[in-house]
Amino acid sequence: MATYTLISSNVLSSSAASVTFSAIPATYTDLVLRYAARSTLNSTDTYVTFNGSSATNYSATFVGANTTTAASSRETSATYANNIWTMNRSTTTASTFSSAELYIPSYTVSQNKPFSGTGVIENNSATTGFNLAATAMLWRVTSAITSITITPETGSFVADSSFYLYGISNA
Amino acid sequence: MSDTPTKVVVDCSTGITEVLPLTEAEIADMETAQVAAEAERVEREAKVAADATAKSALLKKLGITQEEARLLLS
Repeated sequence: MATYTLISSNVLSSSAASVTFSAIPATYTDLVLRYAARSTLNSTDTYVTFNGSSATNYSATFVGANTTTAASSRETSATYANNIWTMNRSTTTASTFSSAELYIPSYTVSQNKPFSGTGVIENNSATTGFNLAATAMLWRVTSAITSITITPETGSFVADSSFYLYGISNA
Repeated sequence: MSDTPTKVVVDCSTGITEVLPLTEAEIADMETAQVAAEAERVEREAKVAADATAKSALLKKLGITQEEARLLLS
């Protein structure tokens, strides 16, 4: 029977420049990282790296929309996977946080690692904006993923940003 | 003088969370990344704004509303 298990979590008690989940057990089939984040600065993206690697092996293809306009972009040979529009910026309404998710299938299998990211930035305002995004990402490395680091595009994650790592098992 | 930025490391095998100060090299990397990211953000948001302006101008030129344009494409 398939299971969905919380591996570890962290709710920041003070701001942090990055959050890393290390020593991830290899006992699951897929990983899910869910987070609600806000930046200390005017930035909206979160960067994902695996196993401490910042080699140019990451790519990301993004589609999204804000209140009025659709957007898309493509990044290749980057030093991180850019999970775009997944973090409330400092200029959004106070105490609002994004809701975002990474889904990483087959994280222990010896093959490149395609994975997905989704995010919503909701401003808790009747008049000004939100962002909604989905990003297809790839880490062109065949090693098993043993650690995940999430970094804000700029600044730090504010206190009360929260991160939850789950393991999905298909057995 | 500002506080040294920190990073959080959650060890999934023990459940222990450490809060560690960034090294000087990590702080330098962070500052470099911030400059690049800000430029990228400005460029992306300018493109979104330019696309919206161009779309609005085109609809005006065609003399149709956004709803009518959507109907044509459906």
